[in-house]
Amino acid sequence: MKKDDPKLQQSSTPELTRRGFLKAGMAGGLTAAGLLGLVPAGVRNAAWAADKTGPEKKDVTFGIIPLTDCAVIVVAHEKGHFKKYGLNSAVSKEASWANIRDKVSIGALDGAHMLAGMPIAATLGVGAVPKATVTAFSMDLNGNGITVSNDLYERMVKADPAAMKERPLTARALKKVIDADKKAGKPPMTFAMVFPVSTHNYEIRYWMASAGIDPDNDVRLIVIPPPQMVANLQSKNIDGYCVGEPWNERAVTAGIGHTLITNYEIWNNNPEKVFGVNKEWADKYPKTHQAAVMALIEAAQWMDKPENRAEVVKIIAQKSYVNAPEDVVKMSMTGTFRYSKGEAPRPLPDFNVFYRYAATFPWRSHAEWFITQMIRWGQIEKPLDIRKTAASVYRPDIYRDAAKSLGIAVPTVDHKTEGTHAGPWTLTQATKPIPMGPDKFFDGMVFDPAKPIDYLKGFKVKNMKVDMAALAKLNK
Amino acid sequence: MNLRVLVVDNDMERSDLLRTALQNAGYLVVAEVDSAVDIVAQVRAVKPDVIVIDRDSPDRDTLEHVCMITRDEPRPIVMFTQDHNQALMREALQAGVSAYVVDGLSAERVQGIVNVAVARFEQWQGLREELNQAQASLAERKVIDRAKGILMKQRRCSEDEAYRLLRKTAMDRNERLVQVAENIIAMASLLT
Repeated sequence: MKKDDPKLQQSSTPELTRRGFLKAGMAGGLTAAGLLGLVPAGVRNAAWAADKTGPEKKDVTFGIIPLTDCAVIVVAHEKGHFKKYGLNSAVSKEASWANIRDKVSIGALDGAHMLAGMPIAATLGVGAVPKATVTAFSMDLNGNGITVSNDLYERMVKADPAAMKERPLTARALKKVIDADKKAGKPPMTFAMVFPVSTHNYEIRYWMASAGIDPDNDVRLIVIPPPQMVANLQSKNIDGYCVGEPWNERAVTAGIGHTLITNYEIWNNNPEKVFGVNKEWADKYPKTHQAAVMALIEAAQWMDKPENRAEVVKIIAQKSYVNAPEDVVKMSMTGTFRYSKGEAPRPLPDFNVFYRYAATFPWRSHAEWFITQMIRWGQIEKPLDIRKTAASVYRPDIYRDAAKSLGIAVPTVDHKTEGTHAGPWTLTQATKPIPMGPDKFFDGMVFDPAKPIDYLKGFKVKNMKVDMAALAKLNK
Repeated sequence: MNLRVLVVDNDMERSDLLRTALQNAGYLVVAEVDSAVDIVAQVRAVKPDVIVIDRDSPDRDTLEHVCMITRDEPRPIVMFTQDHNQALMREALQAGVSAYVVDGLSAERVQGIVNVAVARFEQWQGLREELNQAQASLAERKVIDRAKGILMKQRRCSEDEAYRLLRKTAMDRNERLVQVAENIIAMASLLT
C-alpha cells in the first residue's frame, strides 16, 4: 500500500480501508465481501464522506470497438453520466482488440470495452506481454450466436434431421458431417471467431466439444474481424462463425446462412464484455476509477429499461460509434432472434442484458470459469492458483464501493455456482435480495467455483498444456 | 540472405508503396495480403521472417491469433501508423510490444526501421531463451555448450554468433535447440 494514498490519509481507521480488507480477507481465507459486512455501516459511510474530493484524473479517454455492446460506455458519455461524477470523458473508436489491450497496457487509454477474458489474459501474458489489468464492472450478458453457411446447414439436416430439430441445438449433426468428411479424406472445415481470448472462442469450442468435436484438430478455427464475417461466409472461405450482433442477423437476412444457437442458449446469462483498466492506473486513480464505475452502473440501469432502448439504438448507431443503420442495431436490442430466413423471429428477451440479474457485478467465479477454459484449450501453459488469479483481476470490492455510494443492491458474495438455475431465482446473499435469471449450460454441466479441477476433469474433449496434478496441487 | 517480408495492409495503394520501399531496401516481399483469411493462409505457406502491418488494421486480431498458434516459431512484427505521438511509440516499445511503430513509409527509412525491429526482436527472443535455457536441465545445457564450442571452432565465430546460428537452425527446422545441438555433435564426431 502506498504511503501517499490520499484515501489512506483521510481515513480515520486506516486498517479498515478497502485494500486492507482485501488483504485480510485473502489471508484469512474469507472473501472481502464477508469482511465488509462485518464493518458497521457508519464506519463505511464516514470513509465515503471523507472521499468527496473528486476524481484524481478528470480528463479520461475510454476505448471501444464498434459493436452494439459498447453501448454502456457510449451512453454514459453521451447522456452525461461520466460528467455527473466529475469526469471529462472522450470515447475513442479502436480498430482491433489487440489495439485496445496495448493502449490500455501503456496508458494511452484510461480504460476500455474489453472481452471478458482479456483482463485475465493481459495479466497472465496470454498472447501478449504480461500487464496487470483489472475490471470492476461487467458491461453485459449474452449477445452472440453461431451461424453456418447454407451448404453446411443442409448437410447437417441430412446427416441428423432429428438432432437439428432440438432446441437448444447441439453439435451432434455437425459431428456426423465432420466424420463423413474425415472418411472421405477431405480437409477440415474452417470456422471463425473474433479473438484468441474472446468469449466467442470459448463458446464455439464449448459447443463443439460437447458433441465430441475437437476444435483444435477436427476443424480449423481462425480469427476474423466481425465486419468481414458475412463476406467470408458468402465466398466460402469459412463454413461458420461465432460472433456478436448484428453479424448473425446479417447473414440470415441476406439468405447466406442459418444461425444454429445463441450464446444465451449455450450458457444462460453468460458474461460478455467488461470495462478494463490497467492495475497501475487503478491504484493511482482510485477515485477516477470509482467515478467511472458509478457512471457506468447508472448508464446500464437506464439502458436496461425497455422504454429507453430506442434512444440507445439511436445513440450507438451513429457514425462515430457503431456506424450501422438503426434498424440493424435495433434487431439485437429488442429481444427477438431470427435463426433462419423466412422464419418468424423467436422471442429471446434476455439476448442483451445490461443491468438486471446483477449483470454489472464482476463475479470472480466468472473469471474463474474463463481461466478453466484457457487451461482447457492450452492457452495457459503453467499451473496457477485459479482463485487467487481471479481475485487479482476481477475486483468486486471496487464495484461495491461504487454501488454503496449509489445505494443500490449489491451481492455480498464474490462467487456463484453456474448451471443450477433453469428459471428465475433470487440472490439473497446481497445487501437487498436481487432477482436473477437462469444460468444453465445447454449440456447440463455445473460449474462449482470451489471445484475447478473436478470441473476440468469433467470435460471429455480438452487440449491442456498444464499438468493436471500440478494444477490440482495449487488449487486444493 | 534476404529477409522475407509479409505485408498486411487494407489499403492496396499504400501497400504498393511499401512493397517498393522494402524491395529497394533489399528485402524480399513474399506476399501482400489485404484480408484476414489470407493472413492465416500466407503465414502458413510462405513462413515470413518479418510481418509488416498497419497498427490500425482490424486484421491485427487475426495476426495475433496466428502468432499464438505458431508461437513455437515466433517472428517479429513491424507496425506502422500515421500517429505522430512519439511518446506512445516509445511506451509501446518499452512495454515490450514485439513491434516497431513506424511513422511514414519513405524508402530511406524503411531499411533502418525493419533492421531495428528485427534486432530488437532477436534481443527479446534471446532474453526469453536465456530464461528458458536457465530452466532447461543441466544435461541439455551441456549438450548445447558442446555444440556451441564445435561451431565456434569450426566457423571461427563468437559464442553469441554460434548460439544465434543454433537457434536459427532450430527455428528453420522446427526442432528443439537441444536436438540441433545433438545433431551437430553427432556430425562433428563423424567428421573428426
